[in-house]
Formats: sequence, structure tokens, C-alpha cells
Amino acid sequence: MKKQVFDLSPGSRITGKWNGRTYTTIKKLGAGACGTVFLCRSEQGDTYALKVGEDSSRMMLEVNMLKKFSKVQGVKLGPSFVDVDDWINPSGRSFPFYVMEYVDGTPLPEFLKGKTKDWVGIFAIQLLTDLENLHHAGYVFGDLKTENLLISSSRVRWIDVGGVTAIGRAIKEYTEFYDRGYWNLGSRKAEATYDLFAVTMIMMEMGYPKRFDKGSHPYKTLESKLASSSVLKPYRRIIQQCWKGKIQNAADMKRALSDILMKRSGTNSSRVQKRRSAKESENRELATLTLTAGVVFGVSVLSFFL
Amino acid sequence: MKPGRIKQILLLTDGCSNHGEDPVVVAALARNQGITVNVIGVLDDRQNGKPQGLEEVESIAEAGGGVSQIVYQKSLSQTVQMVTRQAMTQTIQGVVNKELQEILGKNQTIEELPPEQRGEVVEVVDELGESSDLEVLVLVDTSASMHHKLPTVKEALFDLSLSLNARSGSNQFSVYAFPDPKKTITKMVDWTPELGEIHGIFSKLNSGGYTPTGPALKEAVYAFAGKPLMERMRNEEDPYEETGF
Repeated sequence: MKKQVFDLSPGSRITGKWNGRTYTTIKKLGAGACGTVFLCRSEQGDTYALKVGEDSSRMMLEVNMLKKFSKVQGVKLGPSFVDVDDWINPSGRSFPFYVMEYVDGTPLPEFLKGKTKDWVGIFAIQLLTDLENLHHAGYVFGDLKTENLLISSSRVRWIDVGGVTAIGRAIKEYTEFYDRGYWNLGSRKAEATYDLFAVTMIMMEMGYPKRFDKGSHPYKTLESKLASSSVLKPYRRIIQQCWKGKIQNAADMKRALSDILMKRSGTNSSRVQKRRSAKESENRELATLTLTAGVVFGVSVLSFFL
Repeated sequence: MKPGRIKQILLLTDGCSNHGEDPVVVAALARNQGITVNVIGVLDDRQNGKPQGLEEVESIAEAGGGVSQIVYQKSLSQTVQMVTRQAMTQTIQGVVNKELQEILGKNQTIEELPPEQRGEVVEVVDELGESSDLEVLVLVDTSASMHHKLPTVKEALFDLSLSLNARSGSNQFSVYAFPDPKKTITKMVDWTPELGEIHGIFSKLNSGGYTPTGPALKEAVYAFAGKPLMERMRNEEDPYEETGF
């Protein structure tokens, strides 16, 4: 169970034993639970993300998922699958690796820094749109957390599909903060509602970037954290409904969120307009004042010469 | 392939055994009986570095064909379920590898298959992990230094039951504590499909200053064998029984 970290220096060449393709590493992108991900270049000069690990079975299950979800009904859900192979390292040991599309983007917390409350909702809606597609295909995301998400050209992208689980099966990979089982709010069976709970926790994280523990009364902790965050205020009711199991699918949650956003941006824009018109009238006053002053000044200068 | 019954002993301890037979030997014995031994070493949250005596954790699991991990209390829940699952997968992989060797010849394992076929085989292994029946005997070291960790242990066991009961296969859990001055181990919870109602567990404990891990493990193996007769008869048709894992 020892976690091996692969420290391949930039420029290392990884050649597959079966397919014979070679990839040259550019830099390390990150280390996950079962492997290390590198940015790499293929022989054709394309850049990809390459994951190398030790647990061949687990890596293979991930590949199976990637293959399945590179495209679900024409919608791209995960990174596209490129290649899978084994690499024999210089000392003769075999390591499984796979290659996928490189998603270049900004981590969610960074993206949301300095953005308005509305973005929390907008982002959640995007996420729910993808989840809706995935659920329709008969799967749940499972290990849904901010680390597994990137914002790439203003759109949310999933970068790790290792936790994707067929509906009705047991969730095997999860992160406690986002796991409803940890909060005593449901089972670890793969159901649409399992993902919806994780979405609420991603929203909670927007209010509490450092996350928090459950304490001795998990539900009370959640309630009080929710109540004392101003960022989450507009979404309070929806999040609570979700926790109480009153929202059963991604489409319903999406609808509820967009209702709020439409209402909010409505009031917002009118307020902005009011402010803008106030400013405009101020400007007009100022202009008139300058003009008058100018005229008076001009007249006085003129009268001085006369 | 028909899903079988997987048997595991999960040992939770925080130190080195200092009484009776060698737990590593007993673990090897358990493995021969078709019971996998997993070991989790539980550290104090304030503890720094690797304390002495915990090397044993790895050796016991290795001899018992299982998985070991040393963790801080706060990550105990997640580790308990991960270790149990990983050991299950290992057992199933062992059985699948054996089948592969029968079909494809010696030394053929899942890892050595070309990626395409490997992809299909891991799906089968995964499916078996979901549907196999599982029996876990949890053996908890309740010696003095473990006392304040027991609430965390209790929580972790509840969590384990939550994880495993999300599977479609059936589960049986039992919990034993050691040391016990008279019987070496004390039964805390008899075989049950859920570890939800274990309030009051670990409340009446008597512990001496010794840690008889070896004898306790042995008693745990007997406890498996001593299951009701009907159960044993059913187990005799168990395909995993003879695999030696």
C-alpha cells in the first residue's frame, strides 16, 4: 500500500511495451491516490497528460471509465482517452501508464477568487448539467471534489474519472468532506443524490475554503456553517432541501438554482441601473456647473480687459 | 464465475505484541485456513514519526496475505474501509490469477496480460468485489494505550459497515477485543450484517499491561471455525476455501 511517487525529470522518455509509442515528459502535473500525472509530448508533437502508477488493476479500471466517458451521447464528460500501455523503467520494473487529453485550466478556488456570489451558482449549474448527462448514462461521478475539477475556457471540466461508479453499486472512492456517509446523511450506494450532496459541499467550500470537520453533531455543524456564510445565503434553501433528500435529481437542482440566479440578477441589474442613472445626473450637474463657472470666468476676464 | 465468500480478520492495534506465540506465525496459519489477516496500526494524532514496535504490523499482514497500514486516528475510518476493500480485491485477484494460470500457463498474471484483455479481466474482478459475500472478524487491541482511541475505532467500524453494505454482496461482521485475562479474547459483537448498533461496546474493559497479539489472533481463527454448524456446512462448498489465500 505504499504510495510511490514517480519523480521523472523533464525530458524522460516513456515507451510502451505493447504499442511501442514514446512520450517525453515536460513537467509533473500532480500526484493522485494511485499514480503521478505528467504533462508530456508524443512523437507527433502533441501534448497530453500521462498517468503512471503501480496498481495495474486500478489504472485499468480508470482507463475503462475514460474510454466510456470520453464521449457520452456526444457530450464530452472526461478527458479523451489516448493510449494505455506498460513502461519498463531503466531498472527493469514494469509500470502501467495511460495517456489522455491534457485539460489546461484554472483550479476552481482560484477561479472563484474575487468573483461574485452569482458565480457559485453559475458554476454549480454547469456542474449539474454534466452530472445530468452522466446520470442519464447510468453512472454517478462518486469522488466529486474541487481537486477533480478545472475551469477551462469558462467551462467546468472533470479531470479525474477514477471514482465514476455504475448506479446501484457501492461507491469505492470518496473524500470525507464531500461524502454523505461521513455526514450521516445517507448511504454509499451510487445514486444521483450521492453526487448532488457532493455538489452542495463544493458550494459550502466556496464559503469555507479550508473546509471543516463534522464534530460530534454532523448535521448541526452543517446547518450552522451554512447559516453563517454570507456567500451561501442565496443558496441556503436549496442546499438544505438537498440535505433533506427533497431534491432527487440534477435537473431539479439545476432548475432551482437558475430560478434564484434569474431573480438575483434581476434585482441586481435594476440596482446597478439606478446607480448608473444617479451618476449620470451627477455628471450632468457637474458639467453645467463647469460651464457656468467658465462663462462667469470668461465674462470677468473680458470685463477686466475692457 | 460464482461469487464466493471472503474471510478476513482485521486487527487494530497500536503496539508490539509481548506475550505468547509469534503473531506472524499465527497469521500464516490463518492464511492457510483461507482467512486473510489485515492489520492497521493506530497512531495518536499528536504522535510524531514512526513509533517503535509497529514494524510488526507489516509482517503480520504480509504473512496473513493481507494489507497493512499505519495511520493517525483521524484517518482511521477511511483507512479501515480501504484496507478491507483492497484485501478483498487481492483475494479475488489471487483466485483469478490461479484460473488464468490454468488456462494460459504458468506465471501468467493479470498484470502481464495485454492492456485490452487486462481491461476485461479487471472488470470481472471488480464485479466480484461488488457481489462477493464477506465475513470480517474485527480484533481490537484494548490495552491501556488504546483506551482513548476506542471511540474513534467504534466510529470507524460503523463507517466500515456503511461502506460494505452499499455493495450487493452480503456482509457478516463480528468484533472481539483483547487482552482478556480468562479467554484471551472477549466477544463484543456476535456475527451481524450491520455494525450500526454498537453503542456501549468497549465500555467494560479489563486490561493488563501485556499485549498477547499472537494468542489473540489464534483465538480469532478459532472463532471463525467455531461458527454454527450450518454455516460451516455451507462454507464447505465455498470455492475460495481451497485457494489458500
